Amino acid sequence: MAKKNRNVGIVGIGQTEYSSHKEHQNQAEMVNEAVRYALEDANITLDDIDCVLHGNMELFEMVFQPDMWHSLGSGAYGKDQFRITTGGTTGASLVCAADNLVASGMYDVVMAIGMEKLQEGHTTGGITNMADPLWFRHLQTGALTATTATMMMDEFGEERAKKAAMKYRILMDKHACLNPRAHRRFGLEYEQADDLMNTSPQLVGELRLIHMCSQSDGACVMIFASEKKAKKMCKTPVWIRDHITVHREETFNNFGIEMPEMTHHYAARKLFERNGIKDPVEYFDVFEMYDPSAWWGLDWAREFLLLKDDEHIKLLEDGEFDLDGKLPINPSGGVTASNPIGATAMLRPAEAAMQLRGDAGPQQIKKKVKHALASGFGGTLWSVLMMLEKDLDWQEVENG
Amino acid sequence: MKRVAVCAVAQHKCDSNIWHKRFQGMLLDVLEDIQKQTGMHFSEEGGVRSIVSASDDVFDARTISDNGITDVIGAHYREEEKMAQESLNALGYAMSIILSGHEDVVYVAGHCKESQGESRNVCTNLSYDPFYGRAMGLDYTNVAALQARAYMEKSGLTEEQMAKVVVRARQWAEKNPYANATEQVELGDVMYSPMLCDPIRTMHAYPVSDGAVVMLLASEERAHEFTDNPVWLTGFGSCMDSYFLGDRDLASNFALKQAAERAYKMAGVKDARKEIDLVEVMDCYAYQQPMWLEGLGFCGDGEGAKFIDEEGPAKYNVNLSGGMLAGNPIMTSGLYRMAEAVLQLKGDAGERQAADVNRAIAQSTTGGAGQFHTVVVLEK
Repeated sequence: MAKKNRNVGIVGIGQTEYSSHKEHQNQAEMVNEAVRYALEDANITLDDIDCVLHGNMELFEMVFQPDMWHSLGSGAYGKDQFRITTGGTTGASLVCAADNLVASGMYDVVMAIGMEKLQEGHTTGGITNMADPLWFRHLQTGALTATTATMMMDEFGEERAKKAAMKYRILMDKHACLNPRAHRRFGLEYEQADDLMNTSPQLVGELRLIHMCSQSDGACVMIFASEKKAKKMCKTPVWIRDHITVHREETFNNFGIEMPEMTHHYAARKLFERNGIKDPVEYFDVFEMYDPSAWWGLDWAREFLLLKDDEHIKLLEDGEFDLDGKLPINPSGGVTASNPIGATAMLRPAEAAMQLRGDAGPQQIKKKVKHALASGFGGTLWSVLMMLEKDLDWQEVENG
Repeated sequence: MKRVAVCAVAQHKCDSNIWHKRFQGMLLDVLEDIQKQTGMHFSEEGGVRSIVSASDDVFDARTISDNGITDVIGAHYREEEKMAQESLNALGYAMSIILSGHEDVVYVAGHCKESQGESRNVCTNLSYDPFYGRAMGLDYTNVAALQARAYMEKSGLTEEQMAKVVVRARQWAEKNPYANATEQVELGDVMYSPMLCDPIRTMHAYPVSDGAVVMLLASEERAHEFTDNPVWLTGFGSCMDSYFLGDRDLASNFALKQAAERAYKMAGVKDARKEIDLVEVMDCYAYQQPMWLEGLGFCGDGEGAKFIDEEGPAKYNVNLSGGMLAGNPIMTSGLYRMAEAVLQLKGDAGERQAADVNRAIAQSTTGGAGQFHTVVVLEK
């Protein structure tokens, strides 16, 4: 990556509560609630915003160009606006876009809005509709797949893999129970693991209902400003250090001699290399990961953190992903707790930024948080990975 | 400020029903075209690493429809963002990717096949809120009709003037190998064509169209790797108007004026009438050409109708591509507008080539009755 034209700070964050139903609000009203929280958080008004970014998936709610309608609540009236959608990664794509737009000098203050009201559509139908109508649609089952579960059981043995996935799930629920905005807060205990492993309804193979993410309604809004403005506006701006987006072709080609490199691994490899990060587990203080299911969350921890063999399972078993562990994962409860799809990938950097600011609320990590990692997932195994920093003191890497 | 170069463009010929090709195939054809022109590639070193696509899930009838084109836009293991909006916004975003220092070469790819749906009005009806607007049957055509009536009232625009716009569009379209509606017509053909949505007649409306356009953008330092003749992207602006029609003065051009002002300011344009040599506007309906030209500052408020009689469009080289009236798909029109402006500035516009074009603008709109507008300024 070339040197950034100018630094970009996160100066405001607003979230609605996440839930399965929001009958009291229409889409524009729900967006408006999060916009108000974000403006309040940044202590600014709409007049200070130069440009609005909007994202959600049209076919989930069946609204064509929903940003037009949502302008009633988004505050986009009279402003520049962009609408970017990339499936599950949408929220993270919006953060990357906001970083680019502010860093470019075209806009000083940009507000990004990720939203979804999944109650108003058919989520699994909507996701299935992403598959090619000629070749894959009759095979696809929304986002439900047990491939990773099967592969993990092959690699680590059925018992250890199942136990680990369930431990990950219960850990996420424990985090979610701390987060007042989280959608699903079951109050699960580790003693229930064996029971859940056998009694939770099977969706596909060993992917059980309890492992899977929710369908949520909600909106997340973030406000970004140039370094100069951010320092003026905000006592604790959080800095976007770098981000990478990696897509791949749509066919899930798992055949052949060699598995293709996961986009998660590719993204992490490239991003850490160009930023001189040798040991991500050591360097980062929190990782907000887009984990659509417990199986994927655990497996992807290995990919994103460039771990080998069963290192990720060991870290989990040793409690290192807990809130007081070496690298807490998803203090927010993650995606298995709350999943308003167009906002989900924005919740990751938003929650990570709140940890860096130190005002994440009950889920705040107790030790000092200086470096954060946040990921997005979407499309056909696409990844977005970004690094956030508390201080503007990182070293540029030559030829990074 | 650093400069952003448009190195090359490639357009797919528009047609009302490209039934024999999927949008993937159309994008592949334009990709091969632009690769031939520039030698661009997607290798890890020196290749394109950033792609901005522009399309719409409803028109594509696919959720995350950009996952179906990853391979044909070179996005495998690369960064790609989808502008789910009118395609000219993809240019603004691509521009920011380069100016931010994040990447220095960006490939922009837009497509839309209006023919896939039973009716494009069914798609645009979904833009209205499910409580009031949708049930009332609003879509982009009948909402435009309300605006057309308001504008006719304001400017005195007549049937004859609207017909003149269409006749001229077809004359230029005949010279454009990428245009859809090239059949030559006379004033009477337009004036007595069947009423589509009063006061919009069938021939006042752009034909259902399928198309795809791609462009290669690069930083000033790297543009020479792909072309000897770059065109510079120097201004960008967009603006959103209110959603409810009752909240707006439909004939006011509020959003377009703001968008134009921002783009002109970025490009340092003080007087559009003196400093701009060529204009491409997204005239989905005949009344929009004079109305948008008014919004862009080429004639005074409410003077668009008079401007037609004074041959203003000829004077400012308006829509030498034939414009939207000659048939481009709705989500991709902005890139077609821009492609024509780029070819004109490069001197590659063939039979349509205008003399002495140094600065051009491209405009696009989306939402009902021009709720949202985008303006781009390009220079030689």
